[in-house]
Amino acid sequence: MMRFLLLFSRQGKLRLQKWFMPMSEREKKKIIRDMTTMVLARQPRTCNFLHWKDLKIIYKRYASLYFCLAVESQENELLALEIIHRYVELLDKYFGNVCELDIIFNFEKAYFILDEFLMGGEIQETSKQIVNRSIEASDMLQEGDNSEWYEVELFG
Amino acid sequence: MALKIVKGSIDRMFDKNLQDLVRGIRNHKEDEAKYISTCIDEIKQELKQDNIAVKANAVCKLTYLQMLGYDVSWAAFNIVEVMSSSKFTYKRIGYLAASQCFHESTDVIMLTTNQIRKDLSSPNQYDTGVALTGLSCFVTPDLARDLANDIMTLMSHTKPYIRKKAVLIMYKVFLKYPESLRPAFPRLKEKLEDPDPGVQSAAVNVICELARRNPKNYLSLAPLFFKLMTSSTNNWVLIKIIKLFGALTPLEPRLGKKLIEPLTNLIHSTSAMSLLYECVNTVIAVLISLSSGMPNHSASIQLCVQKLRILIEDSDQNLKYLGLLAMSKILKTHPKSVQSHKDLILQCLDDKDESIRLRALDLLYGMVSKKNLMEIVKKLMLHVDKAEGTTYRDELLTKIIDICSQSNYQYITNFEWYISILVELTRLEGTRHGHLIASQMLDVAIRVKAIRAFAVAQMATLLDNAHLLTGNMQRNGICEVLYAAAWICGEFSEHLENPIQTLEAMLRPKVATLPGHIQAVYVQNAAKLFATVLKGQEGNTDSTAAQETSQLMIDRLPLFVQSANLEVQERASCILQLVKYIQKLQQKDVEVAEEVSALFAGELNPVAPKAQKKVPVPEGLDLDAWINEPPSESESEDEQPKAIFAKEEPKHSRPRHTEVDEKELARRREARKQEQANNPFYIKASPSSQKVYQDTPGVEHIPVVQIDLSVPLKVPGMPMSDQYVKLEEERRQKERAEKKKKEKKKRKEKRSGRGKKQDSGPESEEDITPAHMVDIVTEEMPENALPSDDDDKDPNDPHKALDIDLDKPLADSEKLPVRSHRAAESLKSPAEDGDVESAAIHAPKKKNGKEKREKKKDKDSDRKKSSKHKKKKQKKEKEEKEKKKKKKHHHHHHHSDGGGEESVQNGTVEDEEPLPPMSNYCLLAENSYIKMVCDIQGNLQDGSQVVVSVIFENKCDSFLKSMEFNVLDSLNSKLQRPEGSGPHDGLTVPFQLPPGVSNEARFVFTVQSIVMPQKLKGTLTFIVKNEDSSTHEKLDFKLHFTCTSYLITTPCYSDAFAKLLESGDLKGSSVRLEGVNMPFHHLLARICFHHHFSVVERIDSCASMYSRSIQGHHVCLLVKTSGQTVSIDAKCDEPTLLGNVLDEIKQTFSQC
Repeated sequence: MMRFLLLFSRQGKLRLQKWFMPMSEREKKKIIRDMTTMVLARQPRTCNFLHWKDLKIIYKRYASLYFCLAVESQENELLALEIIHRYVELLDKYFGNVCELDIIFNFEKAYFILDEFLMGGEIQETSKQIVNRSIEASDMLQEGDNSEWYEVELFG
Repeated sequence: MALKIVKGSIDRMFDKNLQDLVRGIRNHKEDEAKYISTCIDEIKQELKQDNIAVKANAVCKLTYLQMLGYDVSWAAFNIVEVMSSSKFTYKRIGYLAASQCFHESTDVIMLTTNQIRKDLSSPNQYDTGVALTGLSCFVTPDLARDLANDIMTLMSHTKPYIRKKAVLIMYKVFLKYPESLRPAFPRLKEKLEDPDPGVQSAAVNVICELARRNPKNYLSLAPLFFKLMTSSTNNWVLIKIIKLFGALTPLEPRLGKKLIEPLTNLIHSTSAMSLLYECVNTVIAVLISLSSGMPNHSASIQLCVQKLRILIEDSDQNLKYLGLLAMSKILKTHPKSVQSHKDLILQCLDDKDESIRLRALDLLYGMVSKKNLMEIVKKLMLHVDKAEGTTYRDELLTKIIDICSQSNYQYITNFEWYISILVELTRLEGTRHGHLIASQMLDVAIRVKAIRAFAVAQMATLLDNAHLLTGNMQRNGICEVLYAAAWICGEFSEHLENPIQTLEAMLRPKVATLPGHIQAVYVQNAAKLFATVLKGQEGNTDSTAAQETSQLMIDRLPLFVQSANLEVQERASCILQLVKYIQKLQQKDVEVAEEVSALFAGELNPVAPKAQKKVPVPEGLDLDAWINEPPSESESEDEQPKAIFAKEEPKHSRPRHTEVDEKELARRREARKQEQANNPFYIKASPSSQKVYQDTPGVEHIPVVQIDLSVPLKVPGMPMSDQYVKLEEERRQKERAEKKKKEKKKRKEKRSGRGKKQDSGPESEEDITPAHMVDIVTEEMPENALPSDDDDKDPNDPHKALDIDLDKPLADSEKLPVRSHRAAESLKSPAEDGDVESAAIHAPKKKNGKEKREKKKDKDSDRKKSSKHKKKKQKKEKEEKEKKKKKKHHHHHHHSDGGGEESVQNGTVEDEEPLPPMSNYCLLAENSYIKMVCDIQGNLQDGSQVVVSVIFENKCDSFLKSMEFNVLDSLNSKLQRPEGSGPHDGLTVPFQLPPGVSNEARFVFTVQSIVMPQKLKGTLTFIVKNEDSSTHEKLDFKLHFTCTSYLITTPCYSDAFAKLLESGDLKGSSVRLEGVNMPFHHLLARICFHHHFSVVERIDSCASMYSRSIQGHHVCLLVKTSGQTVSIDAKCDEPTLLGNVLDEIKQTFSQC
């Protein structure tokens, strides 16, 4: 089971955080600090796994962004790497050649995509097509919502 | 109005949206905090507006700020507002914000229950989805309990999108509300065979997670999983299943035997590294669980080791790391197969990646044997010298010590070598593990008697060269070894060659710069040494030597008497006086040595660290009882004894200003600890990760010691461990030669030439005899210690609660709380209090929104309290019985207590006899293939909808598929069909039924008029598929929409109920039931359950009840009973509906 997923930049700026278990703000801040210092301190070309408390930390760098996933100790590290990679693929598909700025400026979209892929610390959908389809469908719904709203606003 | 809206939208154009905020923050890098605080002020303004779009925008921005680390908990209520927007766009933002910001102690969470329930049953699957996703992040025990049933129903939703989310969230619900596991499990299990692969993999995920924590309860699922494993091609799912088997096999070795073959096949065939790795891991787990009697078991091990070797040799660091990790698992049971790869592992010690080096070190730990220990440690010592960075060096140091000391020094054949290794390690600069080395020195010196003379000599040299170790005190933990050295030299001083020299070394002025606890040991052991020295000197004729020694003590000890450290000071002044007295006696020529050494006579035995815990508590001893009763509250402060030497700790002082007493505080602390312990999300410090470091007190007072550079850095006289390696080699060779000689002799005697193999092969473990007659003293345990191995189990594991037997049939008491069962808990609407007589108790009516909000909260927390109460009640049933009887008489005077004690839950008073089980599912149709039962419920959200839940049960031995459900629509009622399908098309049932399986599907009907009951004709068509044939079958049924099914259980407060009756809008009707032979509360419960009523108030044998139709008709009942006659007076604003409902009630009771 996954515990949390963090995205941060090379400068240690948090870009996205997803906690699969509720935690107090203080704990979250401490973990974020620990993760960024630990992961950023890693030398290049070292393995992508770390042990932290009773968790396994799996991280991977894509361009300027670090993806850092914490899983429970019995989980498969390679699967965790695949999860990170799959998420990057989904982002890439959605934004089209995704970059850090896409995630900064559309951070809620990044969450929505994640919510269709993972849920409650487990993989929700392994098929890329289905994830993409449900993201599209809910975006359509949102657009429908918006146009309706404009009508009400302007003519109601 | 229109103008206002237009104005609102123009304002909105000037609001910042999220992109503007992000851009703004990036443009204000130098004064970010200031910029954000103005933004937060703007957001606060936006949140005050009525426009939900503005609010949603504000909440979205807050979510971003929350990520940057700003506190946004103040906006929790606004988040709830946005969550409850009817627009998906805003709802989505609201739920996102909630999932990011809410945690268990967020109090507005309890306001969300109904909103979430509404979203869960929304006709739009994305509303439901977004609610489920959000809930998975912030579900609390209360939410879990209240929503468990709703979520469980969603597991059988027609849309796979909802099903998979519902299945996944169930795990969180189980964690928070373990009672839900058993009722929900059958359905969860069904989902393992869901036609949708996404739902199936979700179910696999959840069950794997459950089974991993409590495997024994899930053994019965093994065949099903085995089938899934052999049929699935989805690697994500396969990995989970294989992991699950890894957890199950230790409990069922037969399962392991079956697994080996498919797993090895997968290992051979798969190209996915993640799957390969998982298979290897599980094969290892299987092999560990199997007894070694398996014939082809070494082949599997070889296969695993081979594959792992390929991983380790890979250039990908990740694979290398994982290979080493898995190797260490094999090592535990099959060390021989791993040991042959020692070269590869030693090679990994040179890897530039530290985590790989650490993994390799872990492996080395298990690979040592008597034969190779010295060699491996020698390699490690080389690495210690090379290592850069203290962390890795410290890690190496601990590993060396771990490796050597493992299983009671099993692999050490030469303790002189080990001591010299320890001494060499003391030369490490800046290590934090001085205490570790020290404890090893002490342990070996105490427990290996044969080595004491050598150890003492080594320690004496260490003490002599102490200035080398203490060279740079500030960052040096290594001086801890002096603690051990001083103690060993003192305790075993009889082995010292030159005790006077050591005594002098221990009394050097520089010693005073050491940390206090070490000085204390120095002083104490100086006294021991003194005793030994005296003993040696008194035998001589010349008594001046003895007197000189005393003088030495008297000269040097005053330095320690002045020590700031209490312990040092105390010991030093004691010993100083003692020596002065001895000196006096010496001057009178009295022989004192005997008596002085008697001070330190006797041997100290090592005691096992767990010994104290193992002492059984004697009978009749209560450890929690007070020895002296704690002082009573009334005692004045003056009576407390005043502290003389030190201030008392603040916790003893009585709090003056607070009213909370000590007990209360202790209780709270305990409660908090409990809560933290029970909270699975509270990261507990594992005992091993926390190491206590001794602080050197008053470092700044210590004068900086100049390093004497004239002394060569290699300490003279210190042994080099290499030297012992060589010696040991020689010794072993000699031994071997001797043995050979002996054997040769034997052979000669026997004249047989077959023994050649023996001496050409490498020596086996047993051949190596230790150099000394090593007697490793075992640690002492109390006489009647209880042997138990469960010392390390964590009693607070949250998953313990989920250790539930799932194969037992469900009891009625275990059913999940359904909405209709949790209705009339508080009897009176709090908002109306002002009108009724109890104005003094409650605050008067308030009008602005904020106050209302608070009230709502109150109400909710009341409900929470009373539901907690319920639980307690069940436990304390007996106690409460009597109380209740007394209170019953006063019942109707007591409304204002907020529905606490005497609230009647739908006619069930706890102390009355239990209800018989009831079900609302009634038989729809049945033939030899299939059975259909159904339940009809009105839809709360939509006044014209009725939801029919049908459970299909396969009764035959064949597979049922392609089920189509169709109903002949009437003018009044129509089956809702997907867009684009004709009015007579059937609905496909979204699942197939394997033999013996049942599953539930829901169908929505639209109805126009609800005042009359009606029947719809329908047909179910399906294909029965056998191995060789398949036939089309059909089953006709009649769907009966009773008027009852249009009613929805709605709680009603007694005052609102009274008003309703008074209003005069309702028309009355009544009915009498004869010969009803059941307790009154059963009667009420039946009406509640079957006809969706809730009890408003019950007084003895009379009760008022309320319900509402989906189109808003009020239905009020007054039920009275006398003997076997029940009379029901009813009122409703729709007389036809009422008549029909009463008829249906009558029918219910005529059936029983």
